[in-house]
Amino acid sequence: MSNARPSADDRKFRIGTGIFAAVVLLIVIGIGVELTRQSLLSIQKFGMSFWKGTTWDPVAGEFGALPFIWGTLYSGLLALLLSTPIALGIAIYVSELSPRLLRQPLTYLTELLAAIPSIVYGLWGVFVLVPIVRKIELWTPDVLRKTPLFKGPPLGVGMLAAALILAVMVIPFSSSVAREILKNVPAAQREAAYALGATRWEAIKVAMGYGKTGIIGAVMLGFGRALGETMAVTMVIGNSPQVSASLFAPQYTMAAVIANEFTEAADELYLHALIEIGLLLFVITIIVNIVSRLLIWSMKKRVVRRVPVAPVAEAQPA
Amino acid sequence: MTSNARRRKIISRIAETCCALAVLIALVPLVMIFFYVIKEGFGSLNLAFFTNTPKPVGEVGGGMANAIVGTLILIGLAALFAVPVGVICGVHLSEYPDSRFSAIVRFAADVLNGVPSIVVGIFAYGLVVLPVKRFSAIAGGVALGFLMLPIVVRSTEELLRLVPSGLREGALALGATRSRAVFTVIIPAALPGILTGILVALARVAGETAPLLFTSFNNQFWSTNIAQPIASLTVQVFTYAISPYDDWHRQAWAGAFLLVMIILTLSIVARLAVRRLERMNRP
Repeated sequence: MSNARPSADDRKFRIGTGIFAAVVLLIVIGIGVELTRQSLLSIQKFGMSFWKGTTWDPVAGEFGALPFIWGTLYSGLLALLLSTPIALGIAIYVSELSPRLLRQPLTYLTELLAAIPSIVYGLWGVFVLVPIVRKIELWTPDVLRKTPLFKGPPLGVGMLAAALILAVMVIPFSSSVAREILKNVPAAQREAAYALGATRWEAIKVAMGYGKTGIIGAVMLGFGRALGETMAVTMVIGNSPQVSASLFAPQYTMAAVIANEFTEAADELYLHALIEIGLLLFVITIIVNIVSRLLIWSMKKRVVRRVPVAPVAEAQPA
Repeated sequence: MTSNARRRKIISRIAETCCALAVLIALVPLVMIFFYVIKEGFGSLNLAFFTNTPKPVGEVGGGMANAIVGTLILIGLAALFAVPVGVICGVHLSEYPDSRFSAIVRFAADVLNGVPSIVVGIFAYGLVVLPVKRFSAIAGGVALGFLMLPIVVRSTEELLRLVPSGLREGALALGATRSRAVFTVIIPAALPGILTGILVALARVAGETAPLLFTSFNNQFWSTNIAQPIASLTVQVFTYAISPYDDWHRQAWAGAFLLVMIILTLSIVARLAVRRLERMNRP
């Protein structure tokens, strides 16, 4: 609706509602500004060495964030490794294979996984998952236990438990976006594959190839979620700041150290160091989010451009 | 059929089975979590849980009455901020969908949606707690409000766009100004959907713990004063879960059960509202 001259009332309405819309923008900018302002002491004192230091000793006033950054990225990557095949499997099954009747209930069930609060995952993790993980660790043969990947005492709490719980929590996010992407792939793609004599799986592979960028975006979106996840991880990762490749070792994440130590930060430098970790977490998740949104968005745009009127019909095997 | 074709068929079958397996694998933790929350939680529920405040260590009994009320107050405060701002922002985005400003705001809402809740908690801490040097329910409400906002914005926008354009054009053709058309025709038409979005957002923030740890903090006593620290179900469950006492563990499960029930109820109500809306919109 493009009036040549909008009335005064329309202009007022546009500006009035625009002010409310600007609040969202201000909050995002405000988070960045406030977190920087509140971590200045630590930024000035440690500079770049903050990210490289491995000692976290609040009593001595020594703050190095590397163990937390490592723990966050490592647990996030492991969770991604575990969840991606399952999330994509679900997306493919629900959008391409399942009987029509099952589609809604299955979608709802996976969404239910996303609705369970982090703290409930954590509670379940502490009392159910950790004992199971401990059993797995005890069963692990000694030969493996000597390798760097599995060394350490069988505590139950540690990287493996955290990665498992994160994987479960991330599945609904990446699978629902991937499902959406597959739905957006033009039916002509699959029909062409079938016409060339493709099997059902080969046609699915064609559709996946077409939606590749979007699916990578979906997986990254899940990664962003995993990085910021706090309560469940805090409760099962063991909270011990160390840089270790071992799945059995207790470690720590950026979000977890903030959750655990924020109210205990006695002096200002300690608090500023914790907030600086929060600032870095903010920057990392924003980058991951922006990249994944751009990937998903470019995929959707491509679909719209190539097929102006895209009736998404059910592709049936020939 | 050539052997090659048969081989491809078999591969296809195997891959399809793997996808079905993936669904089953994802259902395992879901079923397990519900099983334990019901088994451990429901058994630990009793009247005292709903009517008492926490007892000191060693004394059996006590409940989460203050935490239940605290959670309600916190999500109420969050809604007080996020609903008006979010709905009006959604109106702006759906009325001026193609402006550059709208594109930026939409992007900001998506980014905010992806910001870890604990980071939003730090922001609320700096904004509300630091200036007065006191944890308060208001600070917790602000943190939850910021988390609720992007969900309300995007769902409102989406639903307003579903309103048939004939309604809008009709109102404008009758000489209504844009604000009149929006507030008397378009919003009422989309109202059930907007309410649904609000319920979904409430369900999400009701389960938040991390941003409350250093904003609303916790409170062992009965309190409805929003300028003071306040208990919440989630923080109380966390405190009890990491404690070494069996009785507190039981209460943590009971709290988790109640939390899951609240969230399920909110999302089922939301789902039913959507279904009703869809039926209404069908020609």
